Amino acid sequence: MSARRHTISVLLENKPGALTRVTSMFARRGYNIESLAVGPTERHDVSRITLRVDCENQPLEQIEKQMHKLVNVLRVQELVPGESIERELALLKVAAPPSARAELMALGEVFNARVADLGPDSIVFELTGSPEDVDAFEELVRPHGLRELVRTGRIGLTRAARGANRSRPKVLV
Amino acid sequence: MTGADAILRALEAEGVEVVFGLPGGSILPLYDAMARGTTVRHVLARHEQGAGHMAEGYARASGRVGVAIATSGPGATNLVTPIADAWMDSTPLVCITGQVRSSLIGTDAFQECDITGITIPIVKHSWLVQDVEELPHVLKAAFHVARTGRCGPVLVDVPRDVQEAELDFSYPDEVSLPGWKPPRRGNSRQIAAAAQAVAAAERPILYVGGGVVNADATAELRALAETARIPVVTTLMAKGAFPESHELHAGSPGMHGPKWSNWALNKADVIVAVGARFDDRVTGKVSAFAPGALVVHLDIDAAEISKIRHADVPVVGPLKPVLAELARELGARALPGRTDAWLAQIAQWREQFPLRYGRDGGQLKPQRVLETLRDLTAGRDDVVWTTGVGQHQMWAMQYLECDRPRSFITSGGLGTMGYGVPAAIGAKAARPDATVVCVDGDGCFQMTSQELATAVLEELPIVVVIVNNGYLGMVRQWQDMFFEERFSQIHLTHAVPDYAQLARAYGAVGLTVESEEELEGALAEALACGRTAVVDCRVDPREHCFPMIPAGAAALDVIEYAPERDAEALAL
Ligand SMILES: Cc1ncc(C[n+]2csc(CCOP(=O)(O)OP(=O)(O)O)c2C)c(N)n1
Ligand SMILES: [Mg+2]
Repeated sequence: MSARRHTISVLLENKPGALTRVTSMFARRGYNIESLAVGPTERHDVSRITLRVDCENQPLEQIEKQMHKLVNVLRVQELVPGESIERELALLKVAAPPSARAELMALGEVFNARVADLGPDSIVFELTGSPEDVDAFEELVRPHGLRELVRTGRIGLTRAARGANRSRPKVLV
Repeated sequence: MTGADAILRALEAEGVEVVFGLPGGSILPLYDAMARGTTVRHVLARHEQGAGHMAEGYARASGRVGVAIATSGPGATNLVTPIADAWMDSTPLVCITGQVRSSLIGTDAFQECDITGITIPIVKHSWLVQDVEELPHVLKAAFHVARTGRCGPVLVDVPRDVQEAELDFSYPDEVSLPGWKPPRRGNSRQIAAAAQAVAAAERPILYVGGGVVNADATAELRALAETARIPVVTTLMAKGAFPESHELHAGSPGMHGPKWSNWALNKADVIVAVGARFDDRVTGKVSAFAPGALVVHLDIDAAEISKIRHADVPVVGPLKPVLAELARELGARALPGRTDAWLAQIAQWREQFPLRYGRDGGQLKPQRVLETLRDLTAGRDDVVWTTGVGQHQMWAMQYLECDRPRSFITSGGLGTMGYGVPAAIGAKAARPDATVVCVDGDGCFQMTSQELATAVLEELPIVVVIVNNGYLGMVRQWQDMFFEERFSQIHLTHAVPDYAQLARAYGAVGLTVESEEELEGALAEALACGRTAVVDCRVDPREHCFPMIPAGAAALDVIEYAPERDAEALAL
């Protein structure tokens, strides 16, 4: 496990304070969170967090094991690249004087970015894609004047073919 | 019944004998329910920190869950230190705090404080009870979480209106905690691999931590050690987990452990860590710790495996069955006599590097106090020790001899000054038959001495032996050794307060010892008097605790006692 960055999917009991316990543990142990997305799942009493962590100082295994110790955490799973799908949603407000509009629209089309709003001198793009696609689009529009940007942080699932239960966390027992 | 009654019925159902606490506004309904009747004894502390450490001392002496109760706001924040202490030392603790009424939460109401938020990093889990119907399940879960898996503290915060609300009480038989699944057994293949590694070792050692005591696995540990004749070092938290008088006991490793113990651990070829966590106070510089040794790590907590030192053979599981299985596996493989040369080597180091201290004939030496206590209690199986934190604690570790688990209770991981006196009171509540002796520092004693009132009035008599060097001695030692003798803010004086008079003011026995001649008589009197007693032993402040591995140094780079120092001091 040499890569520094990993995506972890965590199933969490939907209880007050549960998310705080996870983020507090990360802060206390000095683990770096690059992005975090949380939302409901197919079960009303369970939430899913997708975390992007930088494992510079701590091996991923240690982070997973510390998460397992939290009483509200039901399951911890690494989303291994290639075996999982990751997506991110971004809204980008880009400066768009009439002279630049056509070029921006063309760029957007290449990335399947939707025009969510259009103003006299700016465009708001809505883009859903792999985090890498979002990165690339962001870089391309930046020279035009990226006025505001918001990204949800990545969310992910294991691939359909692999079955929902395949990749059990590697816990030493 | 009310929520407050439900809390008491839950405590009774859990078999709780005694709780430690101090009331206030937000917890009044619970105290009112106590007044209406319960089988649970309440010990009134003088400070919630005291209540928390009492609950810890009770837990550590008895092996059961300790319970502390406090009101909201400052009552709850006063529990933070004991909670952190219990977290670091894996002491099972249930803290019950009152909270302001639900309708006031979030309004900065009088004595409102987000205690569940404050304690998140130092509890296994916590609950803010929002509905009285949840109470029975929450309390069941609280006790379950505190004592299963790796033990530790939990907190239940109960708003006043929840304590007053009515419910139909029934205590659940089982808890439903889908996210809490401590390991139930060790992996047999891993245990076999561990046995293989140990059987092949030339210089094996069992490095035993407090987890063995929590797991109630000391008999299994002993059987394992004796089966394959493996020497055993016990950490501060495990003092007494293996009989210190046993021929296989190889002392205590770490910053102030005897040199021969650190040599035994660091020169082993296979280290079997059992419920120990490679704490920096044990390992010294990790990269230089036991170089080349193969590590077998047995622990209930998977997160301890390879956290500090890579484990070549990890076994995650409850230590009692794991150790028993390992002993069985090893019994079939171990060759008789294989460790004889290694044991002889350790015995030789032991001869070569005894503990030493100055005998310049001047002031009473602190180490003499501990030696005398050891001799006066030799052979007794009814003595429980607690300590403060500092030089006196390390001397207690070095000189006292404990042959039984749960007979040495100290603040290890957090190093909490003020732990000793209240922990002793809690231990006395757990072991009324035992003589409970707190070996305290003059600095530590002053942090929680008000609990002498609790000891006297609750009839939980303890003996406090103050190793009074007039200084924050351990800090003095560091300033002397590592800050070029620039002493800064450490002088307490021997005489203020007059500890014997202070003890008498609390209705306790107070004795002062100023010379070696008075020492034995005073200690014997205190041990025999059956009352709470304080023995103020005024000792030589210049004495340092040796040997010492400086923080961050390699464990083999020990600084030892140098007799020249004494000669110099005498010449002055
Ligand atoms: C609550 C707390 N504050 C500060 C410290 C830092 N500290 C560690 S040992 C020590 C000195 C303790 O003095 P004393 O109780 O007299 O014991 P001695 O070392 O003199 O035996 C101090 C201040 C601590 N461990 N705990
Ligand atoms: Mg002192």
